[in-house]
Amino acid sequence: MTTKHITRKATRHVNQNEGLIFEKSSPGKAAWKLPPLDVPEVDTAKLLGKQERKDLGTMPEVSEIEIIRHFTRLSTWNYAIDLGMYPLGSCTMKYNPRVNEFVARVEGLANGHPYQAEKISQGALQIMKTLSDCLLEITGMDAITLQPAAGAQGELTGLLMVRAYHESKGNARKKILIPDSAHGTNPATAATVGYAVENLKSNQRGMVDVAALAAQMNEDVAALMVTNPNTLGVFEQEIHKIADLMHDKGGLLYMDGANMNALVGKTRPGDFGVDVMHLNLHKTFSTPHGGGGPGSGPVAVKKILAPFLPTPVVITNPNGTLGFEYNRPQSVGRVRAFYGNFGMFIRALAYIFANGPDGLRQTTEDAVLNANYIRKGLEGTFDLPYDTPSMHEVVFSDKLQSKKGVRTMDLAKRLIDYGFHPYTTAFPLIVPGALMIEPTESEPKEELDLFIEAMKSIAEEVEEDPQFVLDAPHNTRISRLDETAAARKPVLRWKP
Amino acid sequence: MQQAIGIRSIDDLFSPIPAEYRLARDLAVPRQMAESEIVDWFKQRAKENGEGYSSFLGAGAYFHYRPVVIDALVQRGEFLTSYTPYQAEFAQGTLQAIFEFQTMISELTGMDLANASMYDGSTAAAEAVMMAVRVTGRQAAVIARNLHPEYREVLNTYATHQAIPQQTVGFTSSGQIDLKQLEKLVGDDTACVLVQSPNFFGTIEDVEAIADIAHKRGALLIVSIAEAVSLGIVEPPRTADIVAMEAQSFGVPLGFGGPYCGVLATKEKFVRQMPGRLAGQTVDKNGKRGFVLTLATREQHIRREKATSNICTNQALVALMVNIFMTVYGKVGLRELAKQNLAKAAYAADQFSKHAKVLFAGAPRFNEFVAETSEDPYAINSRLLGHKIVGGLPLKKFYPELGNAALWCCTELTTRSMIDTAVGLVAESERSLLTKDAEPEEVTR
Repeated sequence: MTTKHITRKATRHVNQNEGLIFEKSSPGKAAWKLPPLDVPEVDTAKLLGKQERKDLGTMPEVSEIEIIRHFTRLSTWNYAIDLGMYPLGSCTMKYNPRVNEFVARVEGLANGHPYQAEKISQGALQIMKTLSDCLLEITGMDAITLQPAAGAQGELTGLLMVRAYHESKGNARKKILIPDSAHGTNPATAATVGYAVENLKSNQRGMVDVAALAAQMNEDVAALMVTNPNTLGVFEQEIHKIADLMHDKGGLLYMDGANMNALVGKTRPGDFGVDVMHLNLHKTFSTPHGGGGPGSGPVAVKKILAPFLPTPVVITNPNGTLGFEYNRPQSVGRVRAFYGNFGMFIRALAYIFANGPDGLRQTTEDAVLNANYIRKGLEGTFDLPYDTPSMHEVVFSDKLQSKKGVRTMDLAKRLIDYGFHPYTTAFPLIVPGALMIEPTESEPKEELDLFIEAMKSIAEEVEEDPQFVLDAPHNTRISRLDETAAARKPVLRWKP
Repeated sequence: MQQAIGIRSIDDLFSPIPAEYRLARDLAVPRQMAESEIVDWFKQRAKENGEGYSSFLGAGAYFHYRPVVIDALVQRGEFLTSYTPYQAEFAQGTLQAIFEFQTMISELTGMDLANASMYDGSTAAAEAVMMAVRVTGRQAAVIARNLHPEYREVLNTYATHQAIPQQTVGFTSSGQIDLKQLEKLVGDDTACVLVQSPNFFGTIEDVEAIADIAHKRGALLIVSIAEAVSLGIVEPPRTADIVAMEAQSFGVPLGFGGPYCGVLATKEKFVRQMPGRLAGQTVDKNGKRGFVLTLATREQHIRREKATSNICTNQALVALMVNIFMTVYGKVGLRELAKQNLAKAAYAADQFSKHAKVLFAGAPRFNEFVAETSEDPYAINSRLLGHKIVGGLPLKKFYPELGNAALWCCTELTTRSMIDTAVGLVAESERSLLTKDAEPEEVTR
């Protein structure tokens, strides 16, 4: 059957085996060289006494060529945006421009110390100020902190500010409303800040049920955390009514900015009633995901929340220079040391410069266009549980394929053989067996067509030979891994 | 494509957005720039950012040499532009690298195992305290006053809504924490004692003695390590229960404070209460060794509001830098590197002590020391800037009781001539203060 279903995008090729670095180590090999010491040698035993370390255990000893080969070989076992489309829904796997990497490594920026005097930190401060101004304009908000290290920490910061705001009014309130379509970090964050979580049901169209919200909203609710477009890729059309309902009862509207790639340059959360939101620079603003971080999660707020921003904030001094302001008595405090993931600020700002107003708008338009092109191409082949218009991502379900016993994860694993990274599986929770697809603006039509062809081909395979799909992937270095065994008896480090 | 979808114009796709909220104008952001303009703009900012200065700053962010293979390898697109390795068959490179990282961190810290990384050292310390609360079922924490002041601030923020009462243990004239006071503070409700070693003043703590006090009352000991290179020559805190580390020193650029690489290491019995991602070894259907993210039932995407933490991402690419750095230096190189740091700081402290008061003598230190001058250290630093040298960190902002003391750091990149120049200027300032009231230049932070 494999002859019938040709994978046009991928071909198998020779793949180097490689052991663990510890297995290549032997005494005497080295990849380092220190300059001669220009100060007197010290007697370590005399200086450190019983605190002196005598042995570093099983640390490796290898040569430079072995290091280069080791990590290069490992790298070839990964899939990456650089190899092709990476349609993970809500993850916004867009192209990571190389100029971003270049400017982040310019010496004065890469080697700047966080505690060097402000007088010789004006360059870094200018980058933070310019990025802040751009993000405020893009979101329509009033004030911002760049400190949070990632989206989830942005949520934490945002909710800490929500809590501080309510406390300043004399009542912290008790709970946070979260739609059933929300990302798992939302409830986890609410719990960290000491709020109870109350679920909000979606309506038939996959949107916040405004009538249910009206019934559930009261003076105990501190905020509603909404993702817009939501995790179905659907724009909350009644967002202004939602905002009014919250505000009428003194609550706040929090927006998870995970899906901001659908909105930049077309509409602004600040204009439709959002009080506080986080952004993911590693999604919307093209900083690389790097195999799982570093991210960066700035939080933008309306004026009423500005006094509660984490310290320090960047300010303009009376003499026109920039500086950090630490004296902010109502601040929620620090959420991490220093000023945040500065290296990501550089990359995000370079992205904004490379786009400008026209480019940012076109980026959004192309992202939405690409998602709708995939939707059109796969409609009929896969079940579309909500036919509400899609923005930057589309969510199908495995309803048709599961009749043959093939679930979304199986389809995803087979997609690997076709040379694509899987889409997001089994999320959002309100769609059983979800296939959540976000192509981003980066994909040319040729790549989208290959993807649609691959998905259709897999659907045919399900009809012809479901077991073949259940056994996928067939072309990777390793087949499906035993995750149960890994969790039952964890092996989390190498031992000699 | 528009035809295929059946729309007349792109705007049709945005019709779900109510008309009154559609942006009808251009965003007021800088105009589109060419690549050459972008590079120029950032190079200009770099010039305004201390480019070409040598520095004596440490205090949680250290300037060490970064072997060039690090950037050559982390910029491979397969590492740079991949996602969290949830699809294990397609992400074995990242997963095996994490497994090696976990192994080396465990080995260096003397713990049984380590996670795949945390945001940074400050949040790692805060998460460690919350972990200790879960492990012990107790609420209170005793925190060292010589723990990095910004780490303490972050812990305060995290602890506010977790109802974790905190007490602070002070330090003695050796710069180490006050063990007698600690004895009194640790009680039956204490979940953990959190100290840093080498501590914020660069002094190495007597971890064993602290562990005894904590363990006697059933509390856990958390040791925060901000200067990872110290592990090459300083005995690791083997008696600790959790090590909360900042691994920036291992090949991560200073980058004006981030991104860095936090990591937690602990005893095997506590692993299910540890937050953050973990890579584990397993086999595929054919019995071939492979790696997966494991013990995910601790995490937010499964447990939602009952998760051990809301943490979602780690710092994978930065952890890869750390990994490569540890591999380059390895078993022998790390020790030699640490020895050079020790020697440079010892020489500098010796030279400073001829003209200023070096505090906290009497306890071993690694690559930082505290020197007290008669003149305000901000004024001294201001003059040093004229020689393109960034002086030590004045401590009065964090420790008003230490007056004109500053924290100086030397690494393998600090040259003898830098040290001699700085000492010369400090000596000059001390001499002139004896003769007349010096007029400080513009005082910078």
